[in-house]
Order: sequence, then structure tokens, then C-alpha cells
Amino acid sequence: MKKTTIFAAIGGVGIAVLAIFLIAADHIDSPSVEGTTTDIADLYAFEGNNPDNTVLIATIQGPLAPGDVTNNAAFDENVLLEFNIDNTGDFKEDLVIQAIKRGDSMYFFGPVAPETQGLSSIVETSGPRHRVKISTSENVEVTEEDGMKFFAGPRRDGFFFDFNRFNKVISGEVAPEGFLPPAEASDFFEDLNVLAVSVEVPNSMLGTAPAHVGGAVGINGLPPAYNVWVSAKRKQ
Amino acid sequence: MKIYKLSMLFIAICTSLLFVQCSDDDDNVINLATCNDGIKNGDEEGVDCGGSACGPCEEAFTGTYVQEDIMGRPGINTVFSGSPEVKNNFNTTTVTGRADFTPIFENTLETYHDVYAEALGLDPANVNYETNILGLDAPTFSKVLAEFDALQVAPNAQTVYFDPSTEVALTGRNIDDDVIDISLILMFGGGDINNLNFDGSDGSPLLISDSVGFGDRQVVDFPYLETPNM
Repeated sequence: MKKTTIFAAIGGVGIAVLAIFLIAADHIDSPSVEGTTTDIADLYAFEGNNPDNTVLIATIQGPLAPGDVTNNAAFDENVLLEFNIDNTGDFKEDLVIQAIKRGDSMYFFGPVAPETQGLSSIVETSGPRHRVKISTSENVEVTEEDGMKFFAGPRRDGFFFDFNRFNKVISGEVAPEGFLPPAEASDFFEDLNVLAVSVEVPNSMLGTAPAHVGGAVGINGLPPAYNVWVSAKRKQ
Repeated sequence: MKIYKLSMLFIAICTSLLFVQCSDDDDNVINLATCNDGIKNGDEEGVDCGGSACGPCEEAFTGTYVQEDIMGRPGINTVFSGSPEVKNNFNTTTVTGRADFTPIFENTLETYHDVYAEALGLDPANVNYETNILGLDAPTFSKVLAEFDALQVAPNAQTVYFDPSTEVALTGRNIDDDVIDISLILMFGGGDINNLNFDGSDGSPLLISDSVGFGDRQVVDFPYLETPNM
């Protein structure tokens, strides 16, 4: 089939869908946040090197080119980054860990039950409070207190993806072949950076995990699991 | 007369002490302004807060903050929302407010299959999403993506997005988990992990892997992500 025919076939709703197909994990994921200081790039959540701990990492403002772009990137004092933890299984946050920049430092509040759930938040100053000086590309600052660890600063983007080929795959330009074999594929994010916020927290601070949501849709046998997401909220 | 002399002596002593103390106090005020002296001094913005030396005042943490972006699993909004308007709406909803997104996501899933059917010269009606390796049909898969959009994170257990060797799924997301390939497999691969669809063999499109891995990255000690590329 000729390319022109493919585009014709894609037409209508299809082209609208495909034009904005996967750009990245969450990097530049919608017009309203693209290029802003609330634009979340990725969320990681995994067991720490200490198996009694969970690590939460949010990356934002990615992708950042090396050099000046990375060195000039800065957290925004008007943006509250919030790790949300549902430990009852209803997908509402029962605990939050908040991060917000003040001066040369990132302040962390939580884990703490938020005063309100949902789209609006206040800084939960009644919760546990910690501070870490924001790192630079050269100097890593880590705070370790009360069994928790904290970091904020630029890091290499951990996300890997053949973004350029992907755009061709979804535009129909390389249909029907699709993606490239390993020897020809290329990782778009390999040489790029992000601003990262990392927290390591003892599981004992996160409450008892609920039954895994997979059970609700017939995926049985999975261990109890918190539901975790990250949000970026701007001061009004 | 005697009383007068004693009074003069007392006044003289007191006056000399006053001068000495004044001198010392002046120095102390400048040198010993601290963030726990109970007074607003130095360049503090409040009592023992703000300024160049102290932590921020409590007023610095007041105000209301409203959601502009949200993320649970990787790629959900960018892959499935389908239009800029829907994507913006997705970012300003809570996870519990996603029921309207489920049919949109299912439509997107089928549209992708239609596009490749067209490219292959096949009837789109015959090339559809097939129940994936997790056993989820299109409506259920779409519901999981939209309405259960969070990372499930298992404490004190293996955390992984999907591990084919153990078939443990959705218990976390490690930095080196290949979430793109896993997502593509769940979208296009069908239900047989040993015989996935769209694997590039026999002239079929390669849609279940972008062929890119973790590369030369490493997972380091806390903060786990590496030093920036410079």
C-alpha cells in the first residue's frame, strides 16, 4: 500500500490519535503542562537496597539537554510535588510525601495523612519535616534522617526508548515494518537529563498494604500492594 | 560630705561598667544573631526564620496548590488519551474520576490496530486487540489503564513492572524495567507469551518491542539515578 493511501486510511479520528501517540513515559505529555515546571517525566517505585524500604522517584521538566540547559534547570517554589500513597485500595491518597523548594533546599513533609484529598492540597506542615540542599550536577547532597533518605537535583534520565523510530512507526512512514532490530534502534533519552526527587522510606511508615487491585480483574496471586502516583500542583 | 564622696564613687563605677557592657553588647548583637535566639534579628523575616541563615518562616508554606500534572503508570496519558483536550483533562482529574476515560482508551487501542491492518492491506475488522498475557480483554484492560492508574507497589516483595521469568506483574517499577516493551506487549502481543503477535517474524510488523534496552546506564546507590550527562 502506498504511503499516501496509508495516510488516507489513517485519516479522520485516526490521525488525531496518532499525532499525539506516545511521546515518552509522561514527559511532555499534554499541551497544558509541556515545557512548564509542573511537567512530570516519570515515576519509579521499587524496593530499596534495604529491603524494608520503598524508594519513590519522580522526575520532572525532562528531557533536559546536557550542559547549560541542565545546569540552568531549577525547581519552582510554586510547585508542590506530591507522592500519593493509597493503602486502603480505593485509589484515594491516604498518605502523602510532599516536596517543595524553598531557597537552596527541598523541604519534605510526610508521610502524613493529607488534610484534603484530590485536586487541591496544602503543604502538610504538621507532618514530619525534612530538608535536603538541592544538588548540582557535580555535588550530590543527601539527607538521611529518621530512617528516611532524601535527594533533589539533576540526574541522568533513566527512561529508554527509540522515540524517533516510534514517531515513524505511528505516522505510518515505516509501516508495516514497525520498529527496528536492536542493531539499528537508538535510545532517544540516552544522553539527556531530568530533575529528580528521590525519597527512600521504611515500609513501616506506609501502613499495611491492601489486597492487590489485580484481584478485582481476575489477576490473582499477586502480593498486597499500595497504589502510588505522583502529582504536581501549582500555588494559586 | 562623706556620703557625697561615696555616692560619686558608686556612680563612677556604674558608669564605667556601663561603657564596658555597651561595647560588648554591640559586638554580640552583630556576631551572635542566631536562628534560635527568640528575637527577629540579622536579616530574618520573622522571629528566627527566613533570611539567609534560617529556615523559611511558616508563612512560606501557606496557600493552596492545584493539580496540573499526574502520573501513575508510564505512558498512559500520552498513549491512550487521543487528543490534546483529553490529555489536558486527564492531567486535571483524580484517579477516581477516570470512568469517562475508559471508553476513550478502548477506542484508541482499537484504532492502533486498524492503522496497521490498513498498512498491511487487511480488513481492519479482522485485526483487533486480543486478550493480553494478563488475561485482560479490551474493556477490562482499558478500565485498568484508566481507573486503576497507579503503580502497584508491594512492600517486602519483588517489585517489578513485569518479570516474564517469574510472571510477577504490577508490583512496582524499577528504573531498568523495560516499561515500553511491556506496554507494547500488553497492547499488541495477544495472550500467548510464547507466541506473541506483531513480533516482526514472517513479514509481520514489529510492534511489541522498540529494541532499545537500558544500555550503558547503571542503577546506582541512592538516589539511584546516575550523575547527569554533561
